[in-house]
Amino acid sequence: MTAASWALLTSTFVASFVECVEALTIVLAMGITRGWRAAIAGTLTALAGLVVFAIAAGYALTTWLPTSALQLVVGTLLLIFGLQWLRKAILRTAGLKALHDEEAEYAEQTESARSARSDTVMGLDAFGYIVSLKAVFLEGVEVIFIVLTFGLNADNVALASVGGGAAAIVVLALGLVVHRPLSAVPENTLKYVVGLLLTTFGTFWSLEGLGIFTSAGDSLHWWGGDWALLALLLFWAAMSQALIWGLRERLDRRSARTEEVAV
Amino acid sequence: MRALEVSWHFLVDLVVGDDPKVAVAVVLALVVAGVLLLLGAGPTVVTGVGALAIIVAFTVSLLLDVRKSAG
Repeated sequence: MTAASWALLTSTFVASFVECVEALTIVLAMGITRGWRAAIAGTLTALAGLVVFAIAAGYALTTWLPTSALQLVVGTLLLIFGLQWLRKAILRTAGLKALHDEEAEYAEQTESARSARSDTVMGLDAFGYIVSLKAVFLEGVEVIFIVLTFGLNADNVALASVGGGAAAIVVLALGLVVHRPLSAVPENTLKYVVGLLLTTFGTFWSLEGLGIFTSAGDSLHWWGGDWALLALLLFWAAMSQALIWGLRERLDRRSARTEEVAV
Repeated sequence: MRALEVSWHFLVDLVVGDDPKVAVAVVLALVVAGVLLLLGAGPTVVTGVGALAIIVAFTVSLLLDVRKSAG
């Protein structure tokens, strides 16, 4: 396998892993509070829906959309996903947001599941079924976008699918073993790295895709070609570190002022 | 009607997430780059200024978040 293939496999695995952990957290909360039958049924229904969605989205993207339009649409989506992750990672690292969101999410979901009404449909708890289905489907669609985008651009959807599928299997196995949220996973570091990757590729492809608005409709080309990706990655990494440093300084100054007032 | 409403909420959840400012920042930056392209700027200028616009828009949205949480 080439270095590019390993990079594709690793990128799709790590990005999909984080999404799968989020889905598993909610399914576990539903399983423990509302019963495993509803949580598993919701998960299986979502997985069936995801298979249909992946086939339809993959066919539509590769058949109907010109390359530049594909880059603009999926690049923009990747950019939004990536910047949202980067935003959370920056705020957490700077100390402005709680580090272990999965534990907080688990506690919040568990509490709302306990207080929800108990309606049953076809012998299944409706609340547990719907919440599990929604969580798995929503996170699953994000995984499909990541796998299709990276796969189509690297011209190797099969390998990207292996990365995404492997992440789902590993998270599922971990969930079966630990039976509680995967708070031990260094979620913030993973999200920061994946956020940087998605943001870099999203910036690159979305701006290339603007070429759809030229008379020829061809993708725009970056100065330096694919090397621009490396420059973008380094630039986003430096920019995010500068933001973390600046926000920490601000937080320290605020704490110092509060202490002075208290004294 | 109910299915449409559910699909709309799902789409908003997927694309916008928990912070609409990020999605707005990205769209604004791409509009700036798109306008430059339509005004006749070359690919190097469009991609360079576009990347800068994305970075600035994201930084502003993050600082707005911090100011809101501090206030």
